[in-house]
Amino acid sequence: MNGFSDFLELHPLFSWLFDLLKSTGLQDPWLHLVHYGALSVMMFGLLALIALFLVWWERKIAGHIQQRFGPMRHGWHGWYQTVMDAIKLLQKEDVKIALRDKPVFFWAPIVCFVAAFCVYVVMPFGENLIVADLNIGILYVLAITTWTVISLLMAGWGSNNKYALLGGMRSAAQIVSYEVPMALSILTPILFVSSLSMNDIVLSQSGPIYNWFIFRLPFGPIAFLTFIVAGTAEANRTPFDIPEAEQELVSGYNVEYSGMKFAMFFLAEFVNMFTIAAVAVTIFFGGWNGFEFLPSWLWFLGKTLLIVLLLMLFRWTYPRLRVDQLMVFAWKFLVPLTFANLIIAGLFKHLGWYW
Amino acid sequence: MTLRTEEFVVNMGPHHPSTHGVCRLLLTLDGERVKKVEPIIGYLHRAIEKICENRTYPQCIPILDRFEYVTAMSCNYVFSLAAERLAQIEVPERAEYLRVIMLELNRIASHLLFYGVTAMDIGAYTPFLYGLRERELIIDLFEMTCGQRLTYNYIRIGGVSQDIPPEFAPKCREAVRIIGEKMSDYEGLLNENPIWLARTKGIGILKPEDAIAWGVSGPVLRASGVKHDLRRDDPYSIYDRFDFDIPVQPNGDTFDRYIQRLDEIRESLKIITQALDGLEGLEDNTIKAKVSPNFKPPAGEVYARIENSRGELGVYVISDGSKKPLRVKARGGSYNQLQALPLMCHDVMVADLVAIFATLDVIMPEVDR
Repeated sequence: MNGFSDFLELHPLFSWLFDLLKSTGLQDPWLHLVHYGALSVMMFGLLALIALFLVWWERKIAGHIQQRFGPMRHGWHGWYQTVMDAIKLLQKEDVKIALRDKPVFFWAPIVCFVAAFCVYVVMPFGENLIVADLNIGILYVLAITTWTVISLLMAGWGSNNKYALLGGMRSAAQIVSYEVPMALSILTPILFVSSLSMNDIVLSQSGPIYNWFIFRLPFGPIAFLTFIVAGTAEANRTPFDIPEAEQELVSGYNVEYSGMKFAMFFLAEFVNMFTIAAVAVTIFFGGWNGFEFLPSWLWFLGKTLLIVLLLMLFRWTYPRLRVDQLMVFAWKFLVPLTFANLIIAGLFKHLGWYW
Repeated sequence: MTLRTEEFVVNMGPHHPSTHGVCRLLLTLDGERVKKVEPIIGYLHRAIEKICENRTYPQCIPILDRFEYVTAMSCNYVFSLAAERLAQIEVPERAEYLRVIMLELNRIASHLLFYGVTAMDIGAYTPFLYGLRERELIIDLFEMTCGQRLTYNYIRIGGVSQDIPPEFAPKCREAVRIIGEKMSDYEGLLNENPIWLARTKGIGILKPEDAIAWGVSGPVLRASGVKHDLRRDDPYSIYDRFDFDIPVQPNGDTFDRYIQRLDEIRESLKIITQALDGLEGLEDNTIKAKVSPNFKPPAGEVYARIENSRGELGVYVISDGSKKPLRVKARGGSYNQLQALPLMCHDVMVADLVAIFATLDVIMPEVDR
């Protein structure tokens, strides 16, 4: 092993934290509780940073695609522009319309925000760099990402606004539909790993680069493509951004939200995008597996950001689909394709034609 | 058990991102499906016609700039044309060439804006910036000539307000070349994009007979397959000297209305090149016929109409022989096209309604006056 990249590995940090807590004399239920609490706070901070970075990055990419600069004022190429935006949104008045459904309106952004962050409990950021390696990892990811539907429906209903309601209904229909091809395309690699744990999925792809699931022909690339399409729809991004279609529904489900509540939806959207990319990397691109010269978490981050870049390029190139076309695409094209792919993968597995 | 369903009335506008100004559409929705559209207009009424009655003829032109601000040159021109026909003024040849160049440049600028906002309404953000980037070249040319970027007051009764600067012609040729090259970029972004085709092909079909019956004109009419263009059918200025085609499309759907504008940009580029060549060969440098500041046309009435980027743009002027017009009536293409909207939006989805509305290229000041 290369000494330098080992030096940069972050997983000793976890055990160091655990030992530190143990040395204070905490007993076991509290010891683990405080340990996981501290890890959650760390994850939250990290993801908030990532979301802020992604907002800035998206604006820069959009700018350069559209032959302008994007943010330029705050710092080098506007690097702390999004921090300023967040501060601005914190200061804004929280406008509450009189006829809202109070508890639903209040809880919607919180549910959305929490759901977006909860996924990262099982995300393997690097070698041994995982908060909790649940044995149902990937199932947990699928379950938690679906929470988003509930929050968007809550936002749409609670706002007492027709545009918001339409946006909420659209998002419910869309996310529920695309959940099916997404789960089916995730199942294809699971067949070969025979485990739902995220760590096992990554470990099964270690070794030479052709062990990455995307290189397992013919079903690997198809599963990846269907996953990334369904994932784009899950994250409500163009060309599937119909729940918040600006030109049709003004802003969709979040039209009545302002200030920090809006920012919570906004940040959750970017965290969701990062989630899709991270899951894609974990399942199809070998997770944190890479070459020796860089630490594992850097490989994970780099690969994830590349997928995020792909999603951003989609957004700034494509027009938006219509609601019915979106459904037709999900049920008449993606679902049969992923099913067929799953069956073919099962056949290959049965015949032993894989490595 | 049957679920109770009810129709849903949505006020789309007057403040809505895709109604291009302050149009209000009263939509009756059955879920996502549009059952009824009722355009409600009048939010931008500024009594332009009435204001003109209290102004002298030359003072009317800057007011009419605001009538259809996206192609303000056409509004300048159509009123000047009406006044010139009333008073039978001969316009110098150089002024005619300059007018044609400006009118066609403005048509391109308007169509580029159309390209951008239509793509944006169908959800593609990037074409908007591309369209505006090339529009900027044209706006810079206008600024160089008359100092204004949106409301020009450039074409006056009897000619134009000032001659073009010497660097105009090379810069204009450069702009024509750049826009001609960028056309392939525009088409490459959208024309064969499957999502774009799915969103536009076969949506909002306007049959030729309906188009004629509703008084629709301009690119929308030609996209329905009716070969009608006032530059050829009722020639004004010196359009009979130029060689250009009148593109028409077969189907009259959203895609045809979009592609029609791109085809028209190409024809306008041809006209501009020919006009620039014609301008070079001219000996006479007069740009304005002698018109008294106290301009008083003889009593009478006249209707002047031209082919604007949004269809037939006309003014009807009644003169009683004084220096102020007795009545000015302006006709814009947008008004008729907005009337045809409910016809085209029968049982479509909300997203299609936005796309159809965008390709009609309605601008509200022209509807409300």
